[in-house]
Parts: sequence; C-alpha cells; structure tokens
Amino acid sequence: MSSSESSEPGKSKTIKVDYLARVEGEGSLYLKIRDGAVEDAKLKIFEPPRFFEAFLRGRDFREAPDITARICGICPVAYLMSACHAMESVCGVRVDGQLRALRRLLYCGEWIESHGLHVFMLHAPDFYGFDDAVAMAKAHPELVQRGLRLKKLGNAIMTALGGREVHPINIKLGGFYRAPRRRELDALRGELEWAREFTAVALARLKELEFPDFERDYEFMGLRHPSEYPLNEGRLVSSAGVDEPISRYDCVLREVHVAHSTSLQSRRVGGGPVHMGPMARYALNHDKLPPEVQQLARDAGLGARCQNPFQSVLVRMVEIAYAVHEAARIIAEYAEPDAPAIAVEPRAGTGYGATEAPRGVCYQRYTIDDAGVITDCKIVAPTSVNQAVIEEDLRVFAGARAELPDEQLRWQCEQAIRNYDPCISCSCHFLKLDVERV
Amino acid sequence: MPRKPRLAVFKFASCDGCQLSLLDCEDELLALAGELEISHFLEASSAVQDGPYDLSLVEGSITTPHDAARIREVRRQSRALVTIGACATAGGIQALRNFRDVREFTRIVYARPDYIETLERSTAIADHVPVDFELRGCPINKAQLLEVLVSFLRRKRPNIPSHSVCVECKRRGIVCLMVARGTACLGPVTHAGCGALCPSFHRGCYGCFGPAESVNTPALAERLEQLGVDRGHRLRLFRSFNANAPEFREESERHEQ
Repeated sequence: MSSSESSEPGKSKTIKVDYLARVEGEGSLYLKIRDGAVEDAKLKIFEPPRFFEAFLRGRDFREAPDITARICGICPVAYLMSACHAMESVCGVRVDGQLRALRRLLYCGEWIESHGLHVFMLHAPDFYGFDDAVAMAKAHPELVQRGLRLKKLGNAIMTALGGREVHPINIKLGGFYRAPRRRELDALRGELEWAREFTAVALARLKELEFPDFERDYEFMGLRHPSEYPLNEGRLVSSAGVDEPISRYDCVLREVHVAHSTSLQSRRVGGGPVHMGPMARYALNHDKLPPEVQQLARDAGLGARCQNPFQSVLVRMVEIAYAVHEAARIIAEYAEPDAPAIAVEPRAGTGYGATEAPRGVCYQRYTIDDAGVITDCKIVAPTSVNQAVIEEDLRVFAGARAELPDEQLRWQCEQAIRNYDPCISCSCHFLKLDVERV
Repeated sequence: MPRKPRLAVFKFASCDGCQLSLLDCEDELLALAGELEISHFLEASSAVQDGPYDLSLVEGSITTPHDAARIREVRRQSRALVTIGACATAGGIQALRNFRDVREFTRIVYARPDYIETLERSTAIADHVPVDFELRGCPINKAQLLEVLVSFLRRKRPNIPSHSVCVECKRRGIVCLMVARGTACLGPVTHAGCGALCPSFHRGCYGCFGPAESVNTPALAERLEQLGVDRGHRLRLFRSFNANAPEFREESERHEQ
C-alpha cells in the first residue's frame, strides 16, 4: 500500500507507504522533501493505545509479569524479567545462584528467537532483494532453512524453561513455578553445538552483503554489568558518559508525547535522541564478550563498535553467537536448585527494573502499597526510545539520496527503519512510509 | 492446476504474538507456503496483494473508530474469517478498560490525551462482523493453528475440542492441583487447547484460553472461597486476559463490592 505524488517533479514530492512491512506492529513513515532536501521525517505510530500503565493500577504486584508480557508477543521475556526485577527490588529480594542463571538462559532463548526472526525473515530479504523469507527460500534454501532451525532453537529454550514460546507461563516473582530437570536442559545441548557452528557460517555469509555507505555518531545507551554481557542487570550507561543506577532512568531519559504517535518518544535530558539495542550493547560491552565471540566479530569485519545501522544484521548475529555460547555454558554448569523460587512478600515502596530486550532497554517502575496493590507504574519500551533516532537516520540517509527514483528511495528508507527491528507493538504497538516532496 | 487458496493475516489491537505463532511453525512454514498463497501478511512480507482472500486470520480487538470500519472491509474481502487469540475472540487484556473510565486511562498514560482517539470499550471481532471460527488462547496454540489451516485446505471442520482444561489434565495424568495442593485453578471453567500447560508446571490455570463450553463459574468461585482465595483475588482471577468473555465478565462482576 504505497503511493507517490509529484507536483512539479524535481522540486517537490510526496511518497507514501501506509503500512510498513516486516516490522512488528503498525506504523508508517512520512518524509517531506523540498528542493532535494529533507524538511521533515516522521515515524508515525498508529497502533491503537492499550493503556497498560492505567489498568495495572489496582492489580496485585504478582500479576505484573504476566500482564506486561502481553505488551509484546515477540519479546515477552523482556517484560516478564523487567517486571520481576522491579517488584523484587521493591520487596528487598535478590534472586541469585542457579535461579539467576536460569533467568539468563531464558533470556538467551528470547534473543536467539527474536534476533533469528529479524536476521533471517525480516532483514535478510532486504539485502537479497526479496519481499519475504518464503521467496528468499527459493533462491537460498539452505540459509533460510538453517535460519529457521536457529530460531526454533531459541523457541526450544523458552519452551523448556517457560512452557511455551509466546507468553511463557513458568515465570514468577522470585524465580519459577517449577525448575527444569537436568535432562530437560541436556536435551538442548546437541542443537546448541550445531548452532555454534552455524552462527560462524552465517556470519561468513552475511558479511559479504552489500551495505550502504552510511555511518552516524550515535549516543549509544544500554546496560553495563561489571562481569558479564548485559541481559538482566546492569547500570544505565551511554557512550556520552552517562553512568547511573537504573533507579535514575527517569532522570536520564524524558518522554515526550508527539501528535503523530501513540507511542511516547524519549530524549536524554540535556542531550538528544539515544540509540539502544544490539549496536549499543555491542559498543558499550565489547570487552565483556568471550574471546571466541570477539574473534567471530573480527572475522565478520566488525571493530569494537559499529556505527553503520545497516550492519546491525552482523551485530545481531554476533549477539546470537553470544547467546548460544552463554546458553551452553549455563546448561553445562546447571545444578537443580533446592526450590524453584524464593518467597517475595509485599512491602510498600517504589522499585525499578531494566533489562536488555532484543531491541534495547525495557524499563519498568512500580509503586506498590503494603498489601501489594500497584498504585502507580511506568513502562518504557526500547522502540519508543529508538523512534527519535530512526527519524534522524531517515533525515540524514534520505537527505543524501533525495535524487534517487521514488521506488528505490522508498525501499532503502524502509530498510533503514528495519535496521532497528522496530517493535511497534511494544512501543505502543508499526510503521508507515510517507514521503512528501514539496 | 487449480489456483492456491489465498491467505491473509490482519492485526488489530494486540501484541503480535498470535500471528507470530504462524512464523513459529519453523518446520511447517515453507511447506505451508507451498500450499497457500500468502497474499497479505505485513509482519512477514512486503508483497501485499489486494483481496478478496479465501481465508483471513484476524488478530486483535477493536478499540478505535478506524478499526471498527476496517474490520468491516476485511470481512467484505474474506471468504472465510477466523479470529485468532484472546484479543480477537474476547477483547483481550485491553478490555480491562471496559470496567473503568477510558478518559481517565488516557490521562494516566498520555501527556496529551487530545492526540489519542480511542473507543470506550475493547471488543471482540464477532461483536462487529460474522466470524466463521474462533481460535482461543493468549496466545493461541500453534498446533491448533495448523489444524485450522489444514482443515481449511481440506474443507473440513477443525478438530478443536471445547471441553475444559480439567479434561486435558486427566488425559495427561496430572494430579489435580486444587485437590492435592489447594492451589487456585481456573481449569474447571477454562477452554482446552494448551494441553494443561500451567498444571504441568505446578501452577494453577489462569484462564488464558477463556471460558469452556457451558461452565459453572459460581461453583468454582465458591470452591475458591473455601480454599481461602479472597474476594479481590477471585475478581482478578476471572478478570484478566479474557475479562470481556461473557461468562468470565459476569462472574467477576459478582465479586465486585
């Protein structure tokens, strides 16, 4: 559903894509080009509002993980985990040992599945020139089939730990309803071994793709943990020097409500838009990757940071390789815990949870009373933070290519949006491209 | 060769999880794409073809005036229309607004409520247009989704039982959590389809597949009370992912003060 309108060719023009494809949720993009320069670039989000922050008020604090998981079917683990950490921080509980390791394992499953979906089914078709993975599978059957096999492994990890891939049911405050048995996790080892080999093969293939010459000096923001590549925990840091506990998130990032979006956008206080997700995590935490994963990244031609968003497909593959490595480690070291969860009793206060969803930091803040009733909450999805940086990318990217034929410009702009794997269901919930040349 | 049936997938207010279930059929997806022409599936493909479609899968609930008009157009373009998931079949978690004032909700979430256009209630697709089959679950079970697709291809009624989760527990030989441990469980009144997933993880069913056929919710509520489940908790148990399904809505209202 695209359309172009030209009034006085060369001077002014409108190109529209009403519903952008291969992104999760509903949105569109609007570009206004005057005399070959981009005057305005808007990422419009028109997912219907669902009011999670409102109807969570009055609910029991133990319900927050399962309810917030329903914000997004692609990254439910991110919501489950951030909600659990936030409530546990209110109640003064810390989950450690094997239960903490199992939470990391669950998150590895979501990264493998979500990144696998994006790399092979949503993003790769752009580079190979196909409308979708099904069409691409006819020309590159082995790549698509193995990509699906990798994605399936991510789902298998989530199912082993969570009961199902979308909206897992086995996660609760303090841990799990039932801890997995050794043999249930051992069953995953064979596929993890295969995946370790395949991620290297896939990176060797993907690095040969043609990437547009486009780099920007982003402010990368993400979590950083003293001893590990961040999943569940860390401080909020940025490449411009932010280094704060997550309880200061609201002081670092401020939400603004713009007319063209049902998703609130975020800006850094005293700064501009920030970039979250795989490229940010990678730049901020390259030193925390195990040497063999760092070597894979080098072999793919990546330095310690990558500033070309089109190459995020490589960084995602590196993160998949990391998740595979980490999952294998956790399973090798697993010992069944004495209890599947530790008790979490309500206590009045405010707590914060921030974890690394596949697309960046998923932040939640809750205030609860003595009885555990939620009185206030705030949820920020990474796509709503990235929305502003995507608009900037489009402005710069399209500005340098304003003379391209409409069809080509539209395709490349859509690709520039898909670089972020935007999850509009999350941010509120899709995209739409609308170029106006005036 | 006869032409392949044309499949479309549409999204309304939802989390994308039910349509993702189609992409989660990793082993079957390419084979399925050989039997069906995927004509409209924005999450997966840039190739978007106009209707009419032989089968439309609809995810999500109706929450805006624009979507109320759009679903009527989808119905006009679809020979068969199947709703997938709790949002499309019962209004979803966002139907919690139906019990409160939506203007107050908008003020809580958005700095500029005047930018937001929304309906007062979140409603199921069947409240707006005729629906040929409803597949339950939050999310749907992908094996059941495949059953629906294959049945459609073979022109038969899908084999989707409408009994309760209790039956699934008995079949799997899972010891009753409510009897043996006193765990609150919605299994007796919840539609089957998950394979008794929560009980198999030692968790009481939380009703994500919505009400089963002809259920006795008051009897279950009474039993829950005997188990020490307080009024507020009983209300919330019935008022979650399928809050606007009539049987659950009426039961939750009985526990309001």
